[in-house]
Amino acid sequence: MNVGVRSRGSRIRSALFGYANLIPFMAFALFPFYYMLITSLKKDAELYSLKSVPFLIQTGVITDHYRYLFFKTDFLTWVKNSLIISVVATAVSLVIAILAGYSLARLRYRGVGMFGTAVFITYLVPPTLLFLPLSQVVVWLGISDTIWSLIVTYPTFLVPFSTWLLMGYFRTIPREVEECALVDGASRMQTLVRIVLPMAIPGIVCVTLFGFTLTWNEFTYALTFISQTANKTAVVGVTADLIRGDIYYWGSLMAGAVVASLPIVVIYVWFLDYYVSGLTAGAVKG
Amino acid sequence: MAVSQRALEATGLPRPARFARVREWWEQEHVFGYALIVPALALIVGLVAYPFGMAIYFSLSDYWVGSPGSFVGLQNFRDIVGNEMFQQTVYNSFVFSIIAVVFKTVLGVWLAMLLFRDFRFKRLIRGAVLLPWVIPTALSVLAWGWMFDSLYSVVNWTAIHLGLINPPGPNWLGMTSYAMTAVIAVNVWRGLPFFAIIVLAGLVSIPREYYEAAEVDGAGSWGRFRNVTLPLLKPVLAVVILFSTIFTFSDFNIVQVLTRGGPINTTHLFATLAYQIGLTGGNLGQGAAVSLFLFPMLAAIVFIQLRYIRRE
Repeated sequence: MNVGVRSRGSRIRSALFGYANLIPFMAFALFPFYYMLITSLKKDAELYSLKSVPFLIQTGVITDHYRYLFFKTDFLTWVKNSLIISVVATAVSLVIAILAGYSLARLRYRGVGMFGTAVFITYLVPPTLLFLPLSQVVVWLGISDTIWSLIVTYPTFLVPFSTWLLMGYFRTIPREVEECALVDGASRMQTLVRIVLPMAIPGIVCVTLFGFTLTWNEFTYALTFISQTANKTAVVGVTADLIRGDIYYWGSLMAGAVVASLPIVVIYVWFLDYYVSGLTAGAVKG
Repeated sequence: MAVSQRALEATGLPRPARFARVREWWEQEHVFGYALIVPALALIVGLVAYPFGMAIYFSLSDYWVGSPGSFVGLQNFRDIVGNEMFQQTVYNSFVFSIIAVVFKTVLGVWLAMLLFRDFRFKRLIRGAVLLPWVIPTALSVLAWGWMFDSLYSVVNWTAIHLGLINPPGPNWLGMTSYAMTAVIAVNVWRGLPFFAIIVLAGLVSIPREYYEAAEVDGAGSWGRFRNVTLPLLKPVLAVVILFSTIFTFSDFNIVQVLTRGGPINTTHLFATLAYQIGLTGGNLGQGAAVSLFLFPMLAAIVFIQLRYIRRE
């Protein structure tokens, strides 16, 4: 069989072709981040000069924009708010989603198919369809303009997504394992916590990572429900409150963008494979 | 109380029978099943279904921020449909979504095919490609705003130095003829990784034998792509395109950060217009009516998903 065997020359040519084609894609994907970073380190005089080369830092690296960000703005408060919101909303959603996902994937009762469909539909509802009425709901709940407005509303998109993802993981666990535990006298809750959850750890890690990322990055609700500077999230604070008057101070804006992206970058680099597998579980909005 | 309970257990006496009965009831499959789904259902009913009902109610009333209004029937819909800004938004939304989704699909398949080859630094390159999808969109879009700056745009600087355009180059975000291009470009940049990674997973699942068989039949690389890859990718592509259509159509972040719908409303989408009318302007009734125009598209896609795709 000669099929698939090609000459060395043609293999090398094909590999070079592949790399050459990837370069524009990589440049397109990464350039904005590179530009973000060098902008945050440049002197204002260089940033706003038509003679300088925008790709380089020619007149020296400075940290003024970062110092301004940390010491003259509420940036650290925003980061703290984001952390609290992301951790609490993700944790609450995870618990709700584990229970719902297990119920939908494993237990048989009337209406289970309908509930599954309801979760699926909710999962497709874009936040922008509901932000106006939700902005009134948080007023009625008395949590408008506080970080609680986000902790309460973020599960609306996290739970359907997490449930959907976890259902897939729960289905891969052999039923026999659970049945053994039940026969041995374990209660259903013990079976879930001690037998099923340890086997679904990759799914739980995945859901936690996505939950943290989605809540940290969320913009629509965070912009809509909170107007007090001290209660803003990192993403909205940088986007909305670093612009003084109508003037964009690009150095400090980009410094804010770099630092506020950093937690996500770190987690992402650490857990890259989980992101890829979570995405390909076909479960994520794009 | 706690002490007596512990004493009871220590002496080995049986627990009260009522407790055993509760436990027996609780251990039934349907009781346990309903109990576990209740928190999620409560959330869906209280914070998704109920607000959706409210959106419909708002859209039929003259509800302003801080003042519950009265029922006005379809007045809001009549008002916005006759409004030029809204007509422009409908047009924008379709142009934006169709062009962006087409570009994401074509480039996404192409990128996935490139990533599918065997090469060095595979993990590193895949990680880099997915990055725009992971970083907070509002922040990366802010960087794009600076790249499209009216005076110091790095895009223009590059194009001028490559001799592609004459100085000073277009004011991307300030001119009606360019702003939509800029907004679409950023949406494609943000959404491309999602397409590429999902399509890549689809490619991996195609059995190699099919390609070998096609090669035996004398199919060239284009023939293999057309007759093997594309037909087998169809289900995956359908899912990604439907998903992406919903979230492109309802996009908010990119336009809100980059142009706020300007210049002269040429980049407004339903979500940004609803925000401007409902929150900035305070006219919740009309804002809700605008955002409800997202619903038919959502309903159609949910229907297709449930009817044709989830069945497989």
